[in-house]
Amino acid sequence: MFGRLTWDAVPFNQPIPLITSLVVILALGAVAIWVTRIRAWPYLWHEYITSTDHKRIGIMYIVLALVMLVRGFSDAIMMRAQQSLAIGASQGYLPPEHYDQIFSAHGTIMIFFVAMPFVIGFMNFVVPLQLGVRDVAFPTMNNVSFWLTASGVLLVNLSLFLGEFARTGWLGFPPLSEKAFSPGVGVDYYLVALQISGVGTVLTAVNFVTTILKTRAPGMSYLRMPVFCWTSLASNLLILAAFPVLTVTLALLMLDRYLGFHFFTNDGGGNSMLYMNLIWIWGHPEVYILILPAFGIYSEVVSTFSGKPLFGYRSMVFATLAICVLSFTVWLHHFFTMGAGADVNAVFGIASMLIGIPTGVKIYNWLFTMYGGRVRFNVPMYYAVGFMLTFVVGGLTGVLLAIPPVDFIVHNSLFLVAHFHQVIIGGVVFALMAGYTYWFPKAFGFTLDERLGKAVFWCWFIGFHLAFMPLYVLGFWGATRRMQHIPDPTWAPWLNIAFVGAAIIGLGIVLTVVQLLYSIRTRDRRRDITGDPWDGRTLEWLTLSPPPHYNFAVLPDVHGEEAYWTRKQTAIKEERLIDEPNYQPIEMPLNTPVGIICAFFASVCGFAVIWYIWWLAILGLIGAFAIFVWYAWRDEHEHIIPVEEVRANARERRRIRMEHLHELSQSV
Amino acid sequence: MGPPELNQVPSRYETALRATGALALLLFATGCNRGVLNPIGPVAAQEKQILINSTAIMLAIIIPTMIATVAVAWWFRRSNSKASYRPDWEYSGAIEMVVWAIPALTIMLLGGIAWIGSHDLEPSKPLASKVAPLKVDVVSLDWKWLFIYPDQGVATVNQLVVPAGTPVSFRLTSATVWNSFFVPQMGTMIYTMPRMTTRLNLQADRPGTYNGLSSHFSGDGFPGMQFEVQALPPAQFATWAQGAHGQRTALDGRGFAELSKPSSYVRPMTYGAVAPGLFDAIVAGRAPQLHQPQAAPPARQASAVPPGG
Repeated sequence: MFGRLTWDAVPFNQPIPLITSLVVILALGAVAIWVTRIRAWPYLWHEYITSTDHKRIGIMYIVLALVMLVRGFSDAIMMRAQQSLAIGASQGYLPPEHYDQIFSAHGTIMIFFVAMPFVIGFMNFVVPLQLGVRDVAFPTMNNVSFWLTASGVLLVNLSLFLGEFARTGWLGFPPLSEKAFSPGVGVDYYLVALQISGVGTVLTAVNFVTTILKTRAPGMSYLRMPVFCWTSLASNLLILAAFPVLTVTLALLMLDRYLGFHFFTNDGGGNSMLYMNLIWIWGHPEVYILILPAFGIYSEVVSTFSGKPLFGYRSMVFATLAICVLSFTVWLHHFFTMGAGADVNAVFGIASMLIGIPTGVKIYNWLFTMYGGRVRFNVPMYYAVGFMLTFVVGGLTGVLLAIPPVDFIVHNSLFLVAHFHQVIIGGVVFALMAGYTYWFPKAFGFTLDERLGKAVFWCWFIGFHLAFMPLYVLGFWGATRRMQHIPDPTWAPWLNIAFVGAAIIGLGIVLTVVQLLYSIRTRDRRRDITGDPWDGRTLEWLTLSPPPHYNFAVLPDVHGEEAYWTRKQTAIKEERLIDEPNYQPIEMPLNTPVGIICAFFASVCGFAVIWYIWWLAILGLIGAFAIFVWYAWRDEHEHIIPVEEVRANARERRRIRMEHLHELSQSV
Repeated sequence: MGPPELNQVPSRYETALRATGALALLLFATGCNRGVLNPIGPVAAQEKQILINSTAIMLAIIIPTMIATVAVAWWFRRSNSKASYRPDWEYSGAIEMVVWAIPALTIMLLGGIAWIGSHDLEPSKPLASKVAPLKVDVVSLDWKWLFIYPDQGVATVNQLVVPAGTPVSFRLTSATVWNSFFVPQMGTMIYTMPRMTTRLNLQADRPGTYNGLSSHFSGDGFPGMQFEVQALPPAQFATWAQGAHGQRTALDGRGFAELSKPSSYVRPMTYGAVAPGLFDAIVAGRAPQLHQPQAAPPARQASAVPPGG
């Protein structure tokens, strides 16, 4: 009846997961009660859960990412604590079977459920606004994408309460992840969660590639798109090409585990090297899926806060596309130590280094964007400069790892761990924090507190360096990754410094929450009235903060590379706005519960597959299919926003704009 | 009250600065003479050299870049009225040429290093030496290392004994999941993979005892997969091999099956005889195994003490 699911799945005898589970359940219960008490369920249901508005969906992605950041960080601090304690004679507080789950969960969660939703959240929120359109190409599918990602999150976190998570690392290498070596449900949780959220990610890419290629404001040719749109396009093209590879790879492993196939097993002609190749053909583009939009955010930030157009725009676009293509030619550098031979290693090593060229160009172009500017050091700019300093060092260690004979001595070591955290924290996370501060007023109509924001920056900046510079040293000493126990007591000082660094990052995360709460409390004196708090240059700053559901009363006419900046400068010079256009009623997509219902059935099906409850799996599949059939037969697609409402809102915006025209010109 | 305090502030900072500097220097100094930075053989020495050369080449580019970043950001801050504001300056062909050229030239140089280095230090390439190489077959097990000396007819667990100054030619495989064979001070690591053989050539020139480990995660007992490398002067090595031969324990089919049971933190041991063709049988998947899935936590050897304890 319940497959493999018995009471043994509940970790009664393991205090750490048990207590964590209870705390999480209590916290969720408390939130649910609170939402009920303030009667916010209808609001949440109509404005967020069933919303097809790209801005709301973007916000949900980012909230999801921030919550999962806390989970991923908890794993990180537990690992650092274990490595500081389990040295020499001591075995620390985490037994191997628990520690191994934690580092696997940390990697899986941070990449798939923090970095990805955070990046996709920004694409959702920003891209349609920057393109000057009202929504993405497929708004309902967008809602489905989000909820499928949330379904993956649910399953991964469920493994804490029921059963176990994978003990195989975040990429689940076979044969360790095969049934013979990992018979438990951990790997199944990993596989099923990633398969479900992977569908969501691919749908997102379909959506954004279509949106960017097909729905842009009149006059916005490709070479007038903001760089963030370009990097989002490149990133989504990469998702489209790479994620199906991941789906197939994981599906092959599922066939091995569920149906006794032999793709990657030790016996029956299986070959685990195949998995290593396949997973990295997805895995290497994946890091560019994350870093390219991050580069886009820095481009927007540096240009805005320097009061200048981005230097070498076309060069930047070309560099982005070069990285996009090259990222598919380098996967083998993840296993130079497999013994593929000198020619193969050298070719892939050099191909990997080539990516350093367009990336280096980007750094210099940001530098020259600041040159001759009037640089305002708001929080996003702190992150941008912090990134430039941190990332070049990460680039250096990356190129070192791309040289096969150097990789031979630091592969899989803490040097490698330090390298990829340097590019992912110093590159991706800094960008996400910059973007969070930069676009927050657009989303909610008030700015975040600057002082606390700078404190958060310093926590990340100092904390990162303390946490990871020691790992470079330990890597040289021959310290490998994923060690539940540290054999050499002389490593202790460095591991302790790393722990302190992680704790400082933790303080930064706490301060982020404090900053948010404080900013909400003091929102009345930090209102963004004009919709353009940073003296922006791209179209999202043309509309109000927060923007109306339909973004723009009339799709803006784009002239030149910096659509909004040009328009603003003309208005300031002529001391008048453009002539009032002829307003029309606007058709907008209806809300839909199809996303959350579909994700509910997907979760049920996924859960059932993990625990071998086949009848339930079939029920889940039927349910997920039925909701689509129901949706396909719907009669109403859209609702009309009457022209009176559009006109009234637009006139109000024009009045505010006119009143503050003077301020807009002064902010530089 | 005021003036003395004012005097003290810089000196306190200075002390702190000096202390930090001294500490950093000390840590740096202790950090530079270990692991892969303290090679004991030709492979590791060349790899360290490539590491240092490449780092130096890149530092020559990135240090000026970092300084320029800070300097430009600071000089062009809004409050600096001396900085000229050029709000429309967004393109310069000459600058674009330079910013593409700098990384491109650096990468061409490093690409050359990578190409030559990959070929010189290809793991399967025999080392140039007048001395005939010692053959060692390496098998990774759950969670320990088996070293078979086909020419000496002996085998060891978690202890690799090699003659100093003699090339060692390894054949490596795994009787379980993937691992990676790594002796940091000897250089190049390489995967051990079930049903496959990888090849590796290393040499230890300096006699002594060194650390070896698995550098690819292989399950719950993974951290206990450390082994010790003894580089002995050649004469002593011969004596050791003879002594090992005298051991009564033999690694036959049954012995191997017993050894393949999961265990971790296993103390070094020696087999005086090895069933011929054992390594090939393991690669072919024909070796008898009492293989246990890794469901249960690893059994620690009763006598084993966690390292350092």
